[in-house]
Amino acid sequence: MREVAVIGVGMNKWGELWEKSLRHVFTEAAILALDDAGIDKIDSLIVGCMSSGLFIGQEHLSSLLADYLGQVPVPAARVESACASGGLALRMGFIEVASGMSDVVLVGGVEKMTDVNGHEATFALGTAADQEYECYHGITFPGLYALIARAHMEKYGTTREQLAMVAVKNHDNGSLNPLAQYPFKVSVEAVLNSVMVADPLRILDCSPITDGAAALILCPVETARKLKKPVVRITASGMATDTIALSSRREITWIESTYQAAKRAYAMAGKKPEDIDVIEVHDCFTIAEICVMEALGLVEKGKGGKAVEDGLTSLHGKIPINTSGGLKAKGHPVGATGVAQAIEIVKQLREEAGPRQVKGARVGLTQNMGGSGGSSIVHIFERS
Amino acid sequence: MPTPSRYWREIPQRYRLEAAKCKNCGYVAFPPRLVCPRCQSRAFETIILSDAGKIVTYTIIRVPPQPFSDQAPYAVGIVELDDGVRLTGQIVDCAFEELQIGKRVKIEFRKVSEEGEAGVIYYGYKFVPA
Repeated sequence: MREVAVIGVGMNKWGELWEKSLRHVFTEAAILALDDAGIDKIDSLIVGCMSSGLFIGQEHLSSLLADYLGQVPVPAARVESACASGGLALRMGFIEVASGMSDVVLVGGVEKMTDVNGHEATFALGTAADQEYECYHGITFPGLYALIARAHMEKYGTTREQLAMVAVKNHDNGSLNPLAQYPFKVSVEAVLNSVMVADPLRILDCSPITDGAAALILCPVETARKLKKPVVRITASGMATDTIALSSRREITWIESTYQAAKRAYAMAGKKPEDIDVIEVHDCFTIAEICVMEALGLVEKGKGGKAVEDGLTSLHGKIPINTSGGLKAKGHPVGATGVAQAIEIVKQLREEAGPRQVKGARVGLTQNMGGSGGSSIVHIFERS
Repeated sequence: MPTPSRYWREIPQRYRLEAAKCKNCGYVAFPPRLVCPRCQSRAFETIILSDAGKIVTYTIIRVPPQPFSDQAPYAVGIVELDDGVRLTGQIVDCAFEELQIGKRVKIEFRKVSEEGEAGVIYYGYKFVPA
């Protein structure tokens, strides 16, 4: 396998982009990535998108987006693994460059979620759960994570305040990210007094509905070394699946797919959890960040809530998590999220993260997750 | 909107709680599967699940999907039946403050949702206090 580097990143401000179509949102991010890499031609395009069919009634995105980026006849593929579609696109792009099949690959992610009303968005997101045996009974995504949160609180004594502290921390970081959908701070009191969505989770425990895109340019490391920017390599890609129905899992509070994906990634990069300097995780709900910290081996099982309370994961803590603001503050256009996580890590390793910079960061990790944990994708990045 | 065939084929599970038990290792799959996730055997027999169990975890849905708009707020839980199988479903006839992890419940056959006033009515299992 060839070594793979990221030579370009592109992302615009996320939010409710009513004046722009999906193809426009995607192309803008892709252009920024091309310009960052200093190129205007690619060999292949891979895009992650969860549900353009349900959100905007458009499939066949691969060709549509290659066309609007002025790149036809390059090969293009659209990949889907629910909210981990962006992470999956990165993994497929990594494999394509590592294998020698293509030299320059654009990896993108996009979702246009505000062209439908709340009910339709809830339905579209619900397709990431088991339609016949979960959604049939009236469960929602906040509901599924609420089931996990309730079990985690009962089993480990995780507190309602600790959950709120995840949102507070991520909004603190997000307030430093001008591209975030909600770049403002929130207090523990604000979270605890926000509207109840699915007990015990409130609206400020939930990531928002977002329009947005993100793009990366990948190429072999030898090519990257000829450029002037610091070289950021992707040194591992791990992925694992699990049952998409939460009830079929042996342990409700344990995200086995993340554990398995991380195990593979750590082995591939020859790294341990304590070697990682900066991390972006899939905090679709506050409880998710706590469970993921445990599954990544950053803290012991059941100790995630306490670690957040102790400030371990804050910007200047021992293990900074979600310096971008996470899904919570930055926004969660589902297909774009996994790609944007990689952008934050690349910026951190290039020391381009401005007020969010983690000093001396050399090794970073991303964890992107589909549904209630039915799929997880972990990547490790290193600055040479 | 799904065609009637999708609904009919799920009736053995929703009306009769039919599961598939692996003839090789004893794993009980609900809904039924063709391959055992534990031993990869493909030989199953049909069994009927126990109709009693206990709450593993629960939530109260305050912001519902559209077909459930008239029902909110309502409780949904994961229940472990006495034969070890776990199901997701609504917990009804129970005040929210009486919901508790470990609480004994039994299964009853109820209306789950409907497609408006003149549409198809969907039936299935719900949990009630034992």
